[in-house]
Amino acid sequence: MRLLPLFSAFLVLSGCSANWGWYVVNPATPQGYNNLRFMLSGLVYTVQLSATAIVISIVVGLLVALPGLSPNKWLRGLSRSYVELVRSVPILVLILWVYYGLPPVTGITIGVFWAGVIALALSDSAFQAEIFRAGIQSIARGQYEAAYSVSLGYVDTMRYVILPQAIRRILPALGNQLVYMLKMSSLVSVIGMQELTRKANELVVSEYRPLEIYTVLVLEYLVLILIVSAGVRWLERRLQVDERG
Amino acid sequence: MTETAPIIQFQQVSKHFDAFQVLKNINLSVQKGERIVICGPSGSGKSTLIRCINGLETYGSGDIFVNGTRVEAAGLAQVRGRVGMVFQQFNLFPHLTVIENLMLGPMRGKGMGAAAARKIAEAYLARVRIPEQADKYPRQLSGGQQQRVAIARSLCMDPEIMLFDEPTSALDPEMISEVLDVMAELAETGMTMLVVTHEMGFARRVADRMVFMDFGEIVEVAPPEQFFTAPKSLRAQDFLQKILNH
Repeated sequence: MRLLPLFSAFLVLSGCSANWGWYVVNPATPQGYNNLRFMLSGLVYTVQLSATAIVISIVVGLLVALPGLSPNKWLRGLSRSYVELVRSVPILVLILWVYYGLPPVTGITIGVFWAGVIALALSDSAFQAEIFRAGIQSIARGQYEAAYSVSLGYVDTMRYVILPQAIRRILPALGNQLVYMLKMSSLVSVIGMQELTRKANELVVSEYRPLEIYTVLVLEYLVLILIVSAGVRWLERRLQVDERG
Repeated sequence: MTETAPIIQFQQVSKHFDAFQVLKNINLSVQKGERIVICGPSGSGKSTLIRCINGLETYGSGDIFVNGTRVEAAGLAQVRGRVGMVFQQFNLFPHLTVIENLMLGPMRGKGMGAAAARKIAEAYLARVRIPEQADKYPRQLSGGQQQRVAIARSLCMDPEIMLFDEPTSALDPEMISEVLDVMAELAETGMTMLVVTHEMGFARRVADRMVFMDFGEIVEVAPPEQFFTAPKSLRAQDFLQKILNH
């Protein structure tokens, strides 16, 4: 956070030199203003894509983690295999595979957006599963025993006793994944998703000003992620007040 | 005590942890309203014994019946609805307030409405003498208060049997009596109680029968006066000598 003014100062100063052409993104000029609007129009897709993917990956991650904690070794093996398989496919490869590979196999055409969501969510779900497993395993056995002894079944025990505590503990890790997801959504530009990175690429092609345009792109991600980080920290603080009083 | 069908019955119960036998041929019948104190050296199987009653531990061979229902995976929910348990480490739910800790079982275990559950919770909180702590979180309470909340939490389920697994072992000495007093009061209401404890003063005051265990076996069962003044087995004599004269 402290580096931010320094960074902006650097940009402003270097903007004075002849090598920079900030006019392409200068909001004071009509051209710059239109270019900026064009770049920012990708924001909504980046956010939608990441948000949808993270929600799905959390749900799938939890559904994969729970059998991984079962005393049954077949269920554990199933969960383990999913994690190992999905975790070893690079995201970019998964995006290409889902978009170009899945339609011929399934006969269903998938739009760019949903192909991106599926690939990102699938890829992240393996990591989410590991995070949930670690979080759930960190809860003492006595918590289950106390819940069982007041007649709660497995589902209620998870829902009201174990998960609320586990989620508090894994919140920093979940925040990490959210940031990671926002960044990885840039890869979906390769299949033509009109998100931030794709918009920047298109503008570079027409304006020949990669330095300025990609710098703005960096700042877009930076601001987006700082906002998300602040949100996660706020949530962490709020939930901890609950517990510590 | 009139002889009716026992509320808890162990028949030839054995359990192994790999090669180590934690319970050896346990036979024990507990009548409704009886107060049993189980003592013995650590590792003698006392905790395992009472944890088998509500299915927190499985047992290898033999049968355990609670109110005629065999304790096994199938009937476990039914058994757990009748058996309350208090743990050494309290095991309160740290993310819930005291009153929420008490209401969770009645609401989710018994399907009771929030208003009814709150009423019951408040009544039991008053009975363990900490009604003013209802909206605090467990961490904000002393150990003795936490254990009293844990007792109230179990009572909210309206159990017929209460199990206590070393309920005062994790407490600072000055807090032990407030918990034992609540337990003694509970005993006066006619609750069937099985208590694993080293508090021999409490045992003498409250117990109908003492059960002495060593190496996974029940070595001696006797009324407290007899057990403390004239234990029959050498092992019980040795044990009592160690804990009473330290």
